[in-house]
Amino acid sequence: MVTDLLLLLKQELLVAVILFLLLFLKLGRDRSNESTLNLVNVLLFLNVAAGFLGAKDGELFSGMFHTNALITAEKNILNLAAWLISLQAYAWLRTHRHVIEFYLLLLGSLMGMFFMISSGNLLMFYLGLEMSTIPLAAVANFDLEKRQSSEAAMKMIISSAFSSALLLLGISFVYGISGSISFAEIGAGISTEPLHILAFLLLVSGFAFKISAVPFHLWTADVYEGAPVGVTAFLSVVSKGAVLFVFVSTLYTVFKPIAPLWYNVLFVLSLATIISGNLFALRQQNIKRFLAFSSIAQVGFILVGMSGSSQAGMASVIFFILVYVFSNLAAFGVVSVVSAVAGKESIDDYKGFYQTNPFLSWILTIALFSLAGVPPTAGFFGKFFLLMAGTAKGNYWLIAIAAVNMVVSFYYYLRIVKAIFMDQNETPVAAITVPVTVKFSLYLCTIGIILVGLISWIYDTIFSLSSGL
Amino acid sequence: MNLSLLIVLPLFTAVIILFCKGFKQVRAVALAGSLAQLAAAGWLLMQYLNERNAGNKSVMLFEEKYNWFRNLHIDYHIGVDGISIAMILLTASVVVAGILVSWTMDKLSKEFFFLLVLLSMGAYGFFISLDLFTLFFFLEVAVIPKFLLIGIWGSGKKEYSAMKLALMLMGGSALVFIGLMGIYFQTGSFDLLQASQSHLPVEAQKFFFPFAFLGFGIFAALFPFHTWVPDGHASAPTAASMFLAGISMKLGGYGCLRVATFLMPDAAHQYAWIIILLATIAIIYGAFATMMQTDLKYINAYSSVSHCGFVILGIGMMNQTSINGAVLQMVSHGLMTALFFAAIGMIYSRTHTRMVAQLGGLLKVMPFISTLFVIAGLCSLGLPGFSGFIAEMTVFMGSWQNPDGWYRFATILSCASIVVTAVYILRAAGKTVMGPIPPEYNSLPDAAWNEKLAAIVLVAGIVLVGVAPFLLNQLITPGTENMMMQIGKAITQK
Repeated sequence: MVTDLLLLLKQELLVAVILFLLLFLKLGRDRSNESTLNLVNVLLFLNVAAGFLGAKDGELFSGMFHTNALITAEKNILNLAAWLISLQAYAWLRTHRHVIEFYLLLLGSLMGMFFMISSGNLLMFYLGLEMSTIPLAAVANFDLEKRQSSEAAMKMIISSAFSSALLLLGISFVYGISGSISFAEIGAGISTEPLHILAFLLLVSGFAFKISAVPFHLWTADVYEGAPVGVTAFLSVVSKGAVLFVFVSTLYTVFKPIAPLWYNVLFVLSLATIISGNLFALRQQNIKRFLAFSSIAQVGFILVGMSGSSQAGMASVIFFILVYVFSNLAAFGVVSVVSAVAGKESIDDYKGFYQTNPFLSWILTIALFSLAGVPPTAGFFGKFFLLMAGTAKGNYWLIAIAAVNMVVSFYYYLRIVKAIFMDQNETPVAAITVPVTVKFSLYLCTIGIILVGLISWIYDTIFSLSSGL
Repeated sequence: MNLSLLIVLPLFTAVIILFCKGFKQVRAVALAGSLAQLAAAGWLLMQYLNERNAGNKSVMLFEEKYNWFRNLHIDYHIGVDGISIAMILLTASVVVAGILVSWTMDKLSKEFFFLLVLLSMGAYGFFISLDLFTLFFFLEVAVIPKFLLIGIWGSGKKEYSAMKLALMLMGGSALVFIGLMGIYFQTGSFDLLQASQSHLPVEAQKFFFPFAFLGFGIFAALFPFHTWVPDGHASAPTAASMFLAGISMKLGGYGCLRVATFLMPDAAHQYAWIIILLATIAIIYGAFATMMQTDLKYINAYSSVSHCGFVILGIGMMNQTSINGAVLQMVSHGLMTALFFAAIGMIYSRTHTRMVAQLGGLLKVMPFISTLFVIAGLCSLGLPGFSGFIAEMTVFMGSWQNPDGWYRFATILSCASIVVTAVYILRAAGKTVMGPIPPEYNSLPDAAWNEKLAAIVLVAGIVLVGVAPFLLNQLITPGTENMMMQIGKAITQK
């Protein structure tokens, strides 16, 4: 029993151990920020490495918590992303007064996500979701001197409270309908009666808020712009990824009986998300806002893949999130260094960037190409597989619209590349000395971008773990 | 022979370039790499001819097939027939010439040569792919280097041209993507040969053919999607112009033939009249638009639109001779425009203008370059002895074989465009190389060794095809015959 508990809860316990260590550090004597950060980064690396060892399938607490190889893999992806973000935040955190608090909140949120992904019933799911959201609102406020940052935190807490309310209403309806909150049992009671559809739509709205799908995306841009870059990266990659993992698996298992219905919902949601994400991204001047809208459009593409409802659909969603971790974090990594060292966040500031910072320019360019889906980067494979999975239903117009939108998205990614390489600027951002940890993380991301797609083993593994309808 | 070498060589060259120090090392590595590619292409040709002479009748030679994404039935599958080899030889010659012409490019040289080599890798990969996924992969690999090459090293309104080119080509590949999805879900595989065997339902063909053909057509400057061609070519640096016209537009023509027409012959047959209409418009419109140009690069770019129209026309006519002609025209046009752009680049680097009105009498000071310019021009207007004549003649002969009255009318119109071509070529050549020379050009130097070498490679190709067309014809005929078998089946079923 105890060994079961230890093994099945391995990843949660590891994060908890790190949390406690950090608490002791906080209570102990003062340390320099650099040494704390290095220690945390090493711990997080060990956490990532340990995640790959000794996974086991099973459930705990009479089905409230369950885990299997796929869930372990998903948690590993999130662990990896958290580590990369922590490495990149070095440039920003080394002068910050509250380093340990930052990590306490961030890792607390990560643990919430783990419980959410592993949840076997709606209660556990809701607890995990709240546990992951509330600390994030607090870290969004971590640029203590900036008004924008606290504004972002406020917006985030209000909008997530609103979405939680929708979700709770949906959950209570579901409970009323099926008489159970366990995922295994509610599926059987769901049909296409109006109340059931309403309950389902409420749940979907809750999800859509968290992954900022249109029309539930309005908080995204302001929060991404106001929050510190490290937090924005966490929000856009880890938090979104975790909710997407849960979303795809609940759709594919719990809501299997109403698959035709949610296919239509996803159809509308994905097109709305891609198109409006793209249109707003076209005219952004602030690079964080720009990345916010581009990430909205990316979610739209993920929803296209999800609508495929085959094994390939699930696999391509998870694969894309892995790709997205590397590509988006490479982009955010560069943006965060530039923001922390030079204090520049506008796209115009990147004009002539290549003259002074060729290394960062290339990393950002490769990341943008991956986000745009240009081969040989992993983004190409990710997008290709998503759209391919979406086509499996035979809805070629959905794919046609998505493909046209890929061309539109191409324009705004190339706009930044153009600013970096081609535009003239009398006073480009001065040469930046990139801290070693940040450099390391950027290298890791770039290697990931180049190799994750080309090495088919990764996709094949994810595919073998996934399941379709 | 191991075909993967054609991908590995450029890849290796590109990686080594990244680790080079200094401009001289970079260009030496790039040249060595491109020569190795040329050698590999030549060797491939020898091996291929040996195999064929030994009586090997299989459709594709030197096939290699490995599972890539097993669950999605995506393979790394490569192989060549005569058509691909012709394209590979073309690519290899243009790459060598392009790198020689850029010998003195010292602005960000590492990035410049890296992108050129990457572009050539995309082209090789595209021509040897027998799997539609890898084909698409390499098609897109070749787009981004063009954007950067034009945008960073270009001239004039380079940002605009680069963006326009990249977006239009990406739009083209988005259309291709939809076509490929259709083929995949109808046949269950991305395998080109397998898909050609399993006959697609005609209804599906009619839906997906336009996507695939238009998509590739954008790459091949199909009217009305040719607008990226003039701006892109005119703004690009010399080597990039050569690559664009010499290699990149051929990706489109090859795709139209190998993917769209070969896999969906019924639809191609039904839509043939639209293809021919668009091709004829491109030929005539391109020719007349060229007449109005005053910039040498724009002249060549618009004439490319016209010449690529012949490729599309040959494909649209769908018989053995016309398709042979289309392939010949691709090779001929590739060599000829590369030479043309090289000559224009050499003139521009000395006189710093490309305006016809400001040039004159260059034959007196730079006889070598002027001769190149005239050779390219004469090839373009279809003088016998050069490749252009052979290619265009074959297309016309093939087109005329089609007994339909409207098709013959289109053929006659297209033939007539040669007169217009003669007018603009002779006018531009006459004004540029003959007549009085502006005094400030009196002391300009003639071609340097690298420029001479580049030109010799291209001129040799043009003359060889022009004087001994049967060599190239023999090379490509088994491939086109095989393609015709597929297409013929579709036509006779009607």
